Order: sequence, then C-alpha cells, then structure tokens
Amino acid sequence: MSRRNSALRRQIPWTLVVFLAAFSIPWLGSRYDTFLGTQIAIDALFAVSLNLLLGTTGLVSFGHVAYFGIGAYVCGILTKTYGVPFSLALPAAALGAGGFALVFGFFCVRLTKIYFAMLTLAFSQIVWAICFKWNDVTGGDQGLPDVPYPDLDWMSAIPGFGDLRIGGQFYLLTLLLVTLSLAAMRRIIASPFGRMLTTIRENPERAAFIGVDVRAYELAAFVVAGGFAGIAGALFGIFNRGVFADYVYWPKSAEVMIMTILGGIDYFWGPVVGAATLVLLNQQITSYTEYWPLVLGIILLVLLFAFPGGIVGGIAAGLARLGRWNGRRADA
Amino acid sequence: MQASLLFGQFLGGLTTAMFLFLIASGLSLVFGVMRVLNFAHGSFYMIGAYLAWQVVHWLTPALFGFWVAVLAASLGVALLGAIIERLLLRHLYGREELYQLLFTYALVLILGDAAKAAWGTQQLSVSRPPLLAGGLDIFGATLPTYNLLIMLIGPAIAIAGWLALARTTGGRMVRAAALDREMLGALGADVGAIYTGMFVVSSFLAGLSGALVTPIQSIVPGMDVEIIVDAFIVVVIGGLGSFWGTFWGSVIYGQVLSFGILVFPSFSIFSVFALMAVILIVRPWGLFGRPMR
Repeated sequence: MSRRNSALRRQIPWTLVVFLAAFSIPWLGSRYDTFLGTQIAIDALFAVSLNLLLGTTGLVSFGHVAYFGIGAYVCGILTKTYGVPFSLALPAAALGAGGFALVFGFFCVRLTKIYFAMLTLAFSQIVWAICFKWNDVTGGDQGLPDVPYPDLDWMSAIPGFGDLRIGGQFYLLTLLLVTLSLAAMRRIIASPFGRMLTTIRENPERAAFIGVDVRAYELAAFVVAGGFAGIAGALFGIFNRGVFADYVYWPKSAEVMIMTILGGIDYFWGPVVGAATLVLLNQQITSYTEYWPLVLGIILLVLLFAFPGGIVGGIAAGLARLGRWNGRRADA
Repeated sequence: MQASLLFGQFLGGLTTAMFLFLIASGLSLVFGVMRVLNFAHGSFYMIGAYLAWQVVHWLTPALFGFWVAVLAASLGVALLGAIIERLLLRHLYGREELYQLLFTYALVLILGDAAKAAWGTQQLSVSRPPLLAGGLDIFGATLPTYNLLIMLIGPAIAIAGWLALARTTGGRMVRAAALDREMLGALGADVGAIYTGMFVVSSFLAGLSGALVTPIQSIVPGMDVEIIVDAFIVVVIGGLGSFWGTFWGSVIYGQVLSFGILVFPSFSIFSVFALMAVILIVRPWGLFGRPMR
C-alpha cells in the first residue's frame, strides 16, 4: 500500500461513511433498496466469515454453507417451533454452528489442500441430507416456512424509528449485528492470533517448527468462521421468511466462494465488495434474462483469467501504479 | 426377508455401481494425472445425455439409432472437452487448486445454462433400444436386459482401461505424468499432449455414461450437480486417482445405497455421505489409493 493511499484513507473515515450511508437507506431509499441492503449485509457477513479461512488462514473450505444452514435452522426451529425470543436464538445459532464446526473441523484440519476441501464438502452434504430428510425437526423437503420476525418493539420506541416498516427495522437490526460481527472479525484478524493464522497460511511447516500447534490454530479459525456464518444464516432465515434445505446444498458453498474471490481474498473488505457487487448485478441482470448462472460463470472466468486479485485487488494494483507514475513525474 | 428380494437389491446396486463407475472413472483419471478436481464432469455427463436424446430424436425410425446416438454423444462431449482443455484449462495448471476448482465450477454454471437454453427445462426421455427392451429372470428377480448390458460394459471398460494404463506405451506415459510431470517433460515427452489426451478420454467417458443412462433415467436440469457429488463419493471411497479403486468404490457405493434403503429407508443417502466422511478421516487416500504428496 503506497503512502498516498493511506493518506487518502486517513483523511476520510470510509468505514464510517459507508456505515452511515447504509444506515440511512430505510429513510431515504425505497422498500426495494432496503431489501437489497439486507441481502448485501447478510451475504457480506457470510463471505467475510469464509474469507477468515480462505484468505487469512489459506484453507479452501468447500462446505462453508453447512454452518450458514445450521445457524439458519437452529434460529428458525427455536423461534418458530419453541417460541424462543430472537435475543436467545441468535447466540444459540452462533454456538450451534460453531459447535458443529468444532466437531467437523476437528477431522478436517487433519487433512490438507484438496482433501480438506473434499471433507468439508462431505460434511456439508451430510448436513444437507439430514436437513432434507429429517421431516419432524427440519420440515424435510418442505422446509420451515414462516420463521417469525424478532420482536422489535424496543426499536419502535426510539423516536424516528417508529414509523418504519418491519422490513426496515429488521434491516437496521441486521446492519447493526453485521457491523458488530465484522468489527469483531477485524479485531480477531489483527490480533496476535490472526497474525499467527496468516503465518500458517504462508508457511505451515515453518510455523510448526517455531512451536505453533498448526492444527489447533486452524481448528480455532474454522470454529470462529463457522460461528459467524451461523449468525449470517440465522439472519437470512428470518429475512427470507423461512429455512429450506436448499440453503445447505453444495452449489451455495461455491456461490459464497465466488463472492469472496470476486471482491478479493487478500483484503478484509474484499468479500464485502464482492457480496454487494454480486447482489446488485444479480438484481440488474435477472430483470433482462433468466440466464443468471451463465452470466455468473462468465464473470468467474474473466475473474480467474484476468483479475485473480478480485475487484479490490485490481483497484489497489491500479492505485499503486498511479502512485508510482506520480512519483516518477515528481522525480523528473 | 426373501432371498429374491435381497438378490434384487444386489442387482439394483450393481447396476447403479456400473453407471457410477463409468462416470467416476473419468473423474478419477483426470485427478490422478492432472491433480484437477473437475466439478464440470457432471456437466459433461449431462451434455452427453442431452446430445444422445437429440440424436435419437433425429434418427427415430432407425433400428440402431440409439447406438449411433451413444457414439455421437460420447464423441461430441470428447470434442467439447478438447476445446475446453486447449483454450482455457491448460492456462491454470500452475495455479492454486482454489482457482482450478472455481474454473471447473464456472463451467458447471455455463454448461448448465447452455443446456437449458438449448433443450429447455422439461423432462426428456429416451426409450430402451428395441433389441434390449425385455427382461431376464434371475433367481426370482427380474433384471431388464439393458441393465445386464450395463453390467457387462462397466467391467469391460475397467479391464480395457487397466490394460491401456498398465500395458501400453501411452499408459506408461500417463502414469509417468501422474508421478512426475517435470521429469517426464525433461525426458522429451509432450506432457501437454498427454494432459489434453487424458482430459479428452475423461470427457468421452462422461459423455458415454450420460448417453447410456438416458433409457433408465429421465434427463432433467440439475442432474449435473446431483451426479457429481455421487461421483466424488465413489472416487473418495476408492482413492482419488486409483483406477481399480474407482471400480471397487462404485461397487461399495452401489451396495451401501441399495441395502441402506432396506435398513433405514429415508436415510440411505446419509449412509453414503457418512461412509465418504469416515474414509476421508481414516484413510484420506481411499481404500485402494496410496498416500500422495
């Protein structure tokens, strides 16, 4: 990162600007904007949680959707079937997803590379098979429709928030929870623990030589990523007014991976940019053609061959080049 | 439980197994030699099925129309594989596996929609070739003659593939490429051509299995992502990259699925995923594979 960039960053607190802009959507934007905003926020959290494995730790998980789905089912079942309030169901979803990530991850981190990807895929398909078939609890192939909105009376009590629709209020709740989760993950990545994960990504053998328990660190990353994916899943179940076995089917794992890579796995905000781009693009393109997967596939090909660093990686490289040019001119 | 029922389950499992072997053998070959896990293998299978339907549709009155269609579909998919390998995939060999996985997933998306655009979303079906429309009674269980043929084609391909790999010069080159690509290249062999050849053979097998499955299963969008997971399970059980492992992996998969249905009817699909997970945990290189780099 050039000095010019960091100066630009210091002048304008971009994170705060984006947050405030997102926060104002229910008042300034349409109902549809709010809808898109909710989806972007949830997908962003899901993609950033995957990037904790993909970008930070260098683990290619092809079954991340399992923890998203477990979070969605735990929250949906607790609030709908048992009438548990959302304030308890959400932590339960995170813990449930994290717990499963602990059990599955315990076996997965013993493998490397393609075998790791295969085992994560196998576990996610096991979760899918259970969700798809266990009619009494998960609703089987019918799913779990009509997951209730959380009780948001407290928000209506705040002046200015009372006349918002339930969708707008839920968006604000989602935005708040996603922001808190992202802040937490940013702290985790910047902590000594997070630095160690990056060390493991760069050179696992060397990390092991200096006495780091590589598997334990990878497992911890797997659990944290699973827990945050669970939060994203819980929110998505409510947003989508139901939880269905499709959430856990393996192509969803590929979808979130595409979001993450599209934004750029080398940057914390990359997956957020990727999620926003993909959601907005999807909304634009599906109004013209039903062949969204075709477009997505072509985008993915262009990305792989021309911009392997993703959008944020491409912009950063462009800015760096610009900075170099300016520097040269100043020298001359 | 009647013996004939059990035998019927056994035969059903064996038919499933031989289909899976046809599909999974191509997947296993490409992984074994090129270290690419090809998600698009299921899409090649689906395209093979659609192509076979198309050719049968064109040739309907002809007596051997089905067999012409099977051949045409296999060759068509092989050509598709050749184009994809030459134009795109070869540029990704040096890259991380994440990018290769996503590349093959991009193909899944593109080929899936291309098939939808060309053949629509309705179910298509192909009737069994007239000579094989009957059935055969074996120990009280009825087996369609067509399934019997599949049970013969499966082992025939296995033996042919094994002979080709073990006994021919080309097979030796392929095995050498799997072991040490750089060394083989340094000795003057055209490794690029071997990779292209393997990918074409693998695509051919995918197209062949897709075409052969049409008389038994209807052709629908989504059959690509469904079958690829089954094929993954088979190659994981047998050992990624092991040819005979894929064969026995298919047999085990078919029987576990077939008898799993008798034991716990609604969770038989769960039993094969669980088997895959257990094998990955205990022997990641599979029952018949060897530990790899």
